Amino acid sequence: MDRTVDARDTFCPGPLMELIRAVKEGEVGEVIAVWSKDAGSQRDIPLWIEKAGHELLAVNEKEEYNEFVIKKLR
Amino acid sequence: MANKMTLIVFSGTVDKLMPVGILASGAVAMGMEVEIYLTFWGLQAFRQGAPQQVTKMSAEYEDMAPMMMQLMKEKNMPSWYDTLKQAKELGTIRVHACAATMDLMGMTKEDLDPMVDDIVGVAEYVEFARESEITLFM
Repeated sequence: MDRTVDARDTFCPGPLMELIRAVKEGEVGEVIAVWSKDAGSQRDIPLWIEKAGHELLAVNEKEEYNEFVIKKLR
Repeated sequence: MANKMTLIVFSGTVDKLMPVGILASGAVAMGMEVEIYLTFWGLQAFRQGAPQQVTKMSAEYEDMAPMMMQLMKEKNMPSWYDTLKQAKELGTIRVHACAATMDLMGMTKEDLDPMVDDIVGVAEYVEFARESEITLFM
């Protein structure tokens, strides 16, 4: 994991926006994790990753939140 | 067809401005450009210093306003202004002031929040809307 974004305290679309910011700042090939418990981002994050052309490596279900692991492809 | 969303922001209450920030964020996230056209009360909310002071809700939901404001504070929900500002940093969002409202209220560009990019007439708004796949009136 190159970086982890803890967005558990933010509302829709906060986790998605924080992820986009991190992906923009990162280098191609970086692996980024985002933690989110907001209902909107559970669907929005995978949708955005597909649309933006990155790779969703894993969705890890934790006790109170989900961890999305993304590889920046471009 | 341009990949664009247009929002006409007529209302100046928190409950209508909140979705402006959220929808603009979503559009930017999905790679769209956003044109925001501020008119009437929507433009009043963007007066210099005003965005931080808007606490009003739509009249029909007025009784719920204190509860909503309390919940937003307790749960640390970012303000509509901060949400919009962050979205503007991430993508292409242009904020336009309606020229007719400016004239009516005797306002100049200096009276407006720095987030407002320019003052445009209605014909230009129609051009934005024509280029847009999504247009919403808030």
